[in-house]
Amino acid sequence: MAVTRLPDYVVRRPSGFYRSTNPGTKLAIAALEVLAAFLLPGWIGPAVVLTAVLATAAVARRLRGLATFGLAASPIVGSILLVNLFLLPGASDPIARLGPLAPTWSGLWFGLQTIARLLAFSSAIALVYLTTAIDDLLADLSRRGLGRRAIFVVGAAVQMVPLTIERAGEILDAQRARGMDTEGHFWRRARGVLPLAGPVVFGALTEVEERTMALEARAFSAPGRKTLLRVPLNGRIDRVLFWAALLALVALVGVRLAGRLG
Amino acid sequence: MAIELSAVRYRYAGASVFALRSIDLRLEPGRVVGVAGANEAGKSTVCLVASGLAPGVVGGLLEGSVRIDGVETATLRPHELAQRCGLLFQNAATQVSNTTATVFEEVGFGPCNLGLPVSEVGNRAWWALRAVGIEKLAARDPARLSGGEGQLVALASVLALRPKYLILDEPTSELDPAGTSLVADALGRVARETGAGILLVEHKTDVLAQIANEVVVLERGAVALAGAAAPTLADPRLAELGVEPPAAVRLERMVRAAGLEWTAAVAEAIE
Repeated sequence: MAVTRLPDYVVRRPSGFYRSTNPGTKLAIAALEVLAAFLLPGWIGPAVVLTAVLATAAVARRLRGLATFGLAASPIVGSILLVNLFLLPGASDPIARLGPLAPTWSGLWFGLQTIARLLAFSSAIALVYLTTAIDDLLADLSRRGLGRRAIFVVGAAVQMVPLTIERAGEILDAQRARGMDTEGHFWRRARGVLPLAGPVVFGALTEVEERTMALEARAFSAPGRKTLLRVPLNGRIDRVLFWAALLALVALVGVRLAGRLG
Repeated sequence: MAIELSAVRYRYAGASVFALRSIDLRLEPGRVVGVAGANEAGKSTVCLVASGLAPGVVGGLLEGSVRIDGVETATLRPHELAQRCGLLFQNAATQVSNTTATVFEEVGFGPCNLGLPVSEVGNRAWWALRAVGIEKLAARDPARLSGGEGQLVALASVLALRPKYLILDEPTSELDPAGTSLVADALGRVARETGAGILLVEHKTDVLAQIANEVVVLERGAVALAGAAAPTLADPRLAELGVEPPAAVRLERMVRAAGLEWTAAVAEAIE
């Protein structure tokens, strides 16, 4: 039987603002944003990047997803603020005295700026994730000449995150069913992590050999170029944006190395 | 034309004991050979050796001869072996490539690896999905399937490489009765419709009774029993080898032990 065309769900094209932008172009833009968040001085870097990312996310209707990523980062955000507020080396402008502790204005300022950089960095990457199907990204990387092993590592790593979380949930349920107490105060919860970490980590490691053999059984190591069932669009605007982002990225690094950014 | 294992001994890398001590086995196209045995009998090792993945991919020491259609497996590269002999593992979850969004693309993963034209990949994917009877799953996310469905997708994925032989390592071991029935029916269909030779390692002897032409029972890395499926699965030595006979055989024994008559009509009704 001859197939005249592939099913629509295979050749589907993403639609909507930014979601239809070429995945490689989005990666280049995200790379520029990440570098800008850290290389531009003071508040300029994180402010520019956060404004750009939030505006893009709003138009692409991905603000809610971005907020979820922001919430997930809240533990690290809190710890950065606390450490800098109380322990910034050389800070001598206390806000108040709390016994032996003295939070400082410069610690607060530096902590907030570090948090802004971190949020700018993570939201730039999160936006790519939220607006790009992973198989589109892999297909585009393959089209751009990235090797099949590298592409598999990227794809498997991204896809393994939700699967590992799912497995951790199953193991946690099994441990609870055997009487392990995972509720209550912090230390009790922390104690519950150890018996969870073992099965998750060792389970993943023992699966590696079977996964490797399963891949070999599907001709993964065949020589030559792999067939792509769907090639993401790479229109003129995508190509212009891609090269503009790369040029801006190189220029930013160059200016920074020349010491012109303070 | 066959997969032939002659006087095969195999030892895993780092192991001091041979996992396979003496194996002679022949699998011809269009035939289903079942392999049974207790734990550590060497069933999974037979699969790896017969498919050429051991020692080719997993290492170890092989003695004797393993040939696919007259060609020593040691001389073939993994992707060449994959096109001659498909291998299916126990766990459906570890066989998903994790790089595709739909079952159709997952089944096409192997042909894509070979660099075949898009139209040929599409043809093979549809053919394999139909052969296994899962066309209706084609648009689904392969990571969100039940165990039985996942195993059928893995089977179709291997079939899409159009191998002449299939080696299946306990494909129903992690499935419930419904999933087992789903996979057993699909295997029967594949055996009938593709003409592939199937080596089926299975501890559920009811599945072997349903689709195998011959059965080989292993014990500590050697062949302990071999022959046509029905008499081998009814052999009284089966239980001593750690293999439970099929339900029909057990029922017949219970009926006879109770002094009742076991007629052909009863046997037919049970089947």
